[in-house]
Amino acid sequence: MDQGLIHTVLDIISWILLTTGAFFVLVGGVGALRMPNLYTRMHAASVTDTMGAALVLGGIMVQAGLTLATIKLAAILLFLLITSPTSSYALAHAALLAGIKPDAGRAADEEHHE
Amino acid sequence: MTVLFGIFLLTLLVITAVAIVRTQNLFVAVMLLGIFSLLIALNFFILDAADVALTEAAVGAGISTVLFLGALALTSERERFVTKHRALSVAVVVCATLVVLYATFDKPAFGDPNAPVHQHVAPWYLEYEPEYIDIPNVVTAVLGSFRGYDTLGEVFVVFTAGIGVLFLLSARPGRKTSRRQSENDESAIGLRENLIPRVVARLLVPFILLFGLYVQFHGEYGPGGGFQAGALIAAAFILYALVEGEARTLEVLPRNALIALTAAGALLYGGVGLTGILLGSEFLDYSVLAADPVSGQQMGIILIEAGVGMTVTGVLLLIFHAFAARDQV
Repeated sequence: MDQGLIHTVLDIISWILLTTGAFFVLVGGVGALRMPNLYTRMHAASVTDTMGAALVLGGIMVQAGLTLATIKLAAILLFLLITSPTSSYALAHAALLAGIKPDAGRAADEEHHE
Repeated sequence: MTVLFGIFLLTLLVITAVAIVRTQNLFVAVMLLGIFSLLIALNFFILDAADVALTEAAVGAGISTVLFLGALALTSERERFVTKHRALSVAVVVCATLVVLYATFDKPAFGDPNAPVHQHVAPWYLEYEPEYIDIPNVVTAVLGSFRGYDTLGEVFVVFTAGIGVLFLLSARPGRKTSRRQSENDESAIGLRENLIPRVVARLLVPFILLFGLYVQFHGEYGPGGGFQAGALIAAAFILYALVEGEARTLEVLPRNALIALTAAGALLYGGVGLTGILLGSEFLDYSVLAADPVSGQQMGIILIEAGVGMTVTGVLLLIFHAFAARDQV
């Protein structure tokens, strides 16, 4: 296969990854704004950290090819996959301790919070 | 593309700044300040100032957020609203804004190669840096050697600020020790009961420390140096303090050791400068440190960067402990 074709294929793969990643980031943002209470909002926002970040970083890795940059990006991805669920856990735990109940029927947590 | 991205980031920056001013919840304001720092760091980065961006992200978004939260834990979460002199303050702000806006018309255009900043000493640094110092990151060469006096001043500013905070916050040393004992069984435990953050934090601390050392000693080749490394190493210890409790962190690095570290860093920087005089040259001239002037310069920069890193780590951790050990008011 000639060099130009491989380039085109890699470009297409990376752009598919980047746009789907961007889509998940957007979905996370919309969810964080539109969801009814804290826990569902956190659930929506976590899509940004996991799917969004993983796909965008994957897209950039394909763009970078087999270089040192790819290894650095993989390290960032690993770091994100470990830390972002942990921070979500810490946030949800703190909210629970602060007295916000994970009640699916409740429309808003504001009145409980204040 | 860069201009578009810059405008986008600056717009977000203005929105964040307005939100910071408008919110009365200080906790929200601290979080927004962190976002503000990250945005300005991104701005620095797209302007190719990677060293400054790294410092801003580590110090502005990381450490100062933690210090603000430490200060907030001692006071109330809500801002006390002052309605007096509102007209006066609005007038002052409007005047200042107009003056700044007027001044921007005199600035050279963005990226203008004929701007004074690109015509003054920068070309000289770029031209002679390979001859005199010969390290890949010119920023480190400029900060460490060509403008060594300025960096020495910065280190002493950090040092003085640390001493000032310690004087202010440790006004009542007697009660602190008695509280430490009673604190051990309740709040000082931190997140020790929470298994997941504890395990993950313990996993991350060595890597953060390693990355801090990498940033410290890789400063000659890429973005980095003492200031950024100091903030990162301090962040690792603060993370440990958050999950394991402050008392256990003080067992690892006692307060006296931190004070010694802070002073030793500043002394190391000044000492390297004085060694220049003793070896028959000028203050902060590293060329005489080795037989070959170029390797002398490189050695001097590594030594003073180590001094910077030690002082910054020490001061940040001292301030953190000073806040954490304070009584609840």
